[in-house]
Amino acid sequence: MNFLLINFFLISLLLITTFFIFKSTSLIGIVALTGAFTLLCSAIYVNLDAVDVAFTEAAVGSGISTILMVMAAAKLPEGKKNKLINLFPSIILAISISLVLILIISNLPLLGDPNAPIHLHVVPEYIKESKDFFHIPNVVTNILASYRGFDTLGETIVIFTAGLGVIVLLTSNTLNRKTKFKNKEKK
Amino acid sequence: MMGGLFIIITSQNYLKKIVGLAIFQTAVFVFFVSLAKVLDGTAPILTKSLSVYSNPLPHVLILTAIVVGVATSALGLALVLQIYKNYGTIEEKEIENLELKSDK
Repeated sequence: MNFLLINFFLISLLLITTFFIFKSTSLIGIVALTGAFTLLCSAIYVNLDAVDVAFTEAAVGSGISTILMVMAAAKLPEGKKNKLINLFPSIILAISISLVLILIISNLPLLGDPNAPIHLHVVPEYIKESKDFFHIPNVVTNILASYRGFDTLGETIVIFTAGLGVIVLLTSNTLNRKTKFKNKEKK
Repeated sequence: MMGGLFIIITSQNYLKKIVGLAIFQTAVFVFFVSLAKVLDGTAPILTKSLSVYSNPLPHVLILTAIVVGVATSALGLALVLQIYKNYGTIEEKEIENLELKSDK
């Protein structure tokens, strides 16, 4: 019962944070609230027994991501209080998608049900065998590095590509708007 | 989650849109991790005294996804900086107006 209460409290805090991000216009304020949002999320992960995920979220999501955003926000001008665009279509879209999701969620197994299909396949073997195979007590590490090692390799490639893209974008001066339009005139 | 989608669509500021994307992602992660919870279970670190563990598989998937998410938002931020360099603003309507002007 305690577990559900804490979860409910944290998720309502998340909703409040999202609302203030939506209302705020100052860029640094938005970035700070995003950091708070991800920290709250890592608290939720601890509550849901996902300590490794909470650790990563606190270090990467709340740390590195916030630093990157602060660096970007320092170079950008202060946000203006502009009118919201596409208000009505987005309200309709948000409400209809939420209705569909609520319908789907009512078909899912209950939260914490030990007989849900997700807990019956593959995972019992992972928990039973991984200690004998790898001699590491942390099952998450075993799956990440050994059973699903190729996934992690692919992830590394994705990050490398993203880093390459960031470097190319930040160092190139060729994407100048004026030159683009001059070329159009020539054609 | 819908809050994140709402911010992406309605706000004009590009940095705010990226923040909306991050919120959207994180909401999906919380949903995934909540599927892994087993009642009265503990974190999936094996000890002798405990026998009920939460499901470690969604945790692994989300670990990967968090890092990829940060890479995505870094790329988005680089794009926003480049847009600011070329247009002098990061508000959507102003950029639209600039484009219309230069077309004429």
